[in-house]
Amino acid sequence: MSDAPDHSPTLASLSISDRLGQAMPYILVPLLVVLGFFAIGSSSSWLTLTVSGLAMGMMIFLMASGLTLVFGLMDIINFGHGAFISVGAFVGISVLFTLGDWTAAASLSLNLIAVLLAIVAAMVVTGILGWGFERVIVRPVYGQHLHQILVTVGGLIVIEQMIHVIWGPHEIFLTRPETLKGAITYWGAALEKYRLLAVALGLIVFVAIRLVLRRTKIGLIVRAGVQNGEMVQALGYRLKLVFVGVFIAGSALAGLGGVMWGLYQEVITAGMGEEMMILVFIVVIIGGLGSVEGAFIGALLVGLTQNYIAFLAPKLALISNIGLMAVILMWRPQGMMPVVKAK
Amino acid sequence: MINILLSGDRPRSILLSAILLVILIALALAPFLFPGVRSLETAARICIFIVLVASYDLLLGYTGIVSFAHTMFFGLGAYGVALASTHMGRGFDALVVGSALGALAAAVLAFAIGLFSLRVRAIFFAMITLAVASAVAVLVSQMSELTGGEDGLNYLVPRELTPAFRFGEAFGIKLNGRLLAYYLVFASCLLLFLVLLRVVNSPFGRVLKAIRENDFRAEAIGFRVVAYRTMATCLSAAVAALAGSIFAIWLRYVGPDTTLSFSIMLDILLMVVIGGMGTMYGAVIGATLFVLAQNYLQTLMGSASEATSALPLIPDLLSPDRWLLWLGVLFILSVYFFPTGIVGRLRGVR
Repeated sequence: MSDAPDHSPTLASLSISDRLGQAMPYILVPLLVVLGFFAIGSSSSWLTLTVSGLAMGMMIFLMASGLTLVFGLMDIINFGHGAFISVGAFVGISVLFTLGDWTAAASLSLNLIAVLLAIVAAMVVTGILGWGFERVIVRPVYGQHLHQILVTVGGLIVIEQMIHVIWGPHEIFLTRPETLKGAITYWGAALEKYRLLAVALGLIVFVAIRLVLRRTKIGLIVRAGVQNGEMVQALGYRLKLVFVGVFIAGSALAGLGGVMWGLYQEVITAGMGEEMMILVFIVVIIGGLGSVEGAFIGALLVGLTQNYIAFLAPKLALISNIGLMAVILMWRPQGMMPVVKAK
Repeated sequence: MINILLSGDRPRSILLSAILLVILIALALAPFLFPGVRSLETAARICIFIVLVASYDLLLGYTGIVSFAHTMFFGLGAYGVALASTHMGRGFDALVVGSALGALAAAVLAFAIGLFSLRVRAIFFAMITLAVASAVAVLVSQMSELTGGEDGLNYLVPRELTPAFRFGEAFGIKLNGRLLAYYLVFASCLLLFLVLLRVVNSPFGRVLKAIRENDFRAEAIGFRVVAYRTMATCLSAAVAALAGSIFAIWLRYVGPDTTLSFSIMLDILLMVVIGGMGTMYGAVIGATLFVLAQNYLQTLMGSASEATSALPLIPDLLSPDRWLLWLGVLFILSVYFFPTGIVGRLRGVR
């Protein structure tokens, strides 16, 4: 019998380039902000653009987070996600219209309560709709990507058309609640109040999602399910049930994003979800399918780039998102932080 | 002879053969069987959409890739002809150059998209094509000095293809340039369709089917899946662009709404699924049914909506504007219950 081969364990620390590679996605957003500062030159317009970029990014993140989790957990790509954005916007805005007295009053608390009620109503409706959507449309086609794409596109068409039937075929114009109109001036830069609210809300939701995923048992099951679903099921957890919950939560978040986006644009159309889906897909691809953090960073990158480019070179703004996506995919073909599947 | 023309891929069902034969004869003799401007427009539209849908089926049904950029390629071909006719002047050379350049541009763009997405995951392709197609549509409507923006472009095709060119009368039908244009459309569409049939029944097409069924196994046998998928994408894009060129020659107008809009993409999806994925004959039946329904069923829905106007909600659901709603429902149902479409059903009856 021969001796065991000569082998001693070594403790190699990661090289600087490896560490930099891991941290790179996190550095990108601050880097972009700094680059933007030097490219734009004037600090007041830079601040305005940064805030609006962040606000836009946060709202896109709200819509993208559900989609990316649903994909990560059950390998389902939901092209009908955009329908929840539209439905959320229409329900939320309808609630705001019925609460017209509250939104017209010049009291911040009444305004915020009205917006909050609209958000709750939109999230409840889209959550229920998401539950039905999962039941009727998605469940029969688990595990077949081709059919999933086709069927969810069909669902998108049907829901969009139903919006036309219920709310009529025309776009609806609206005004923001009284105290959320206008801007505050800070450091020579005009910052729209509503954008600040959007940034705050987006941050709260992101932190909440992160806390749920990192600190609770259900979050642990979800994360484990993303990595290796079969193993989680083998340990006795009913992953299907968890998945339905995630699907409902994702739909509700899309509804929330829809209300916020509707108030941001001050106009809502049945096709708005479809238009937003394009940005959402870009964000999800950039971030890496299945990763919430990736989607967050991707959304901020998209929002910031679009605002900076629109200021610096308006002609390029139309293709800035595609350009960003191309650059990121050349650097990391799987997206910035792809979820590692143990398969 | 027929076997060679159909590349050995016979309809394999008597009923299906009969239907296809009826469609072929109706389209071939459309100007004489159904005189009138509107029916001729419908017939030309059916021809063009058969090719467009068949080229999409090469991707969706044979290779198993979902693309949302097919209208983009279609539009590239159409704008190719429009731009060539505007800048080179009236003439057949402009049509040929425009079609060739459009097809080339479509293939190159498809190759670039394929490089970015197919390399990693086929599912990326659906999302990336959606993003790129929408960006191109916005770009076309914004670059108005080149593309005419939302208004589109009007241009002249050779005089021989316009109604002003007359050359006698036969069977009580005036023979004019429009008739020639229709037969140009019909002949080129028939040719393209037969070429596509040849492609899917070649060894290349067989590999595509293998990839659709199990890409991992196809790779293991030794076929480079990425290369085959990219080739199929480029080929399908080029054929779609040619269909777009034919459409532009027929219509003498291009605009974002008629060639690039997302709703045309949905129409194509519906035609493929209803006709039957993974068989070229599905494209024929799907496109024919859909275009006929689009042109004539909407009138019917309008009258149904008026007839029920006393009832609540139902007239709204039945109004012609909501026709997409019913198509969406039909679409979902057919993906669930008839994944092989009409052709699959007919072949199953035997």
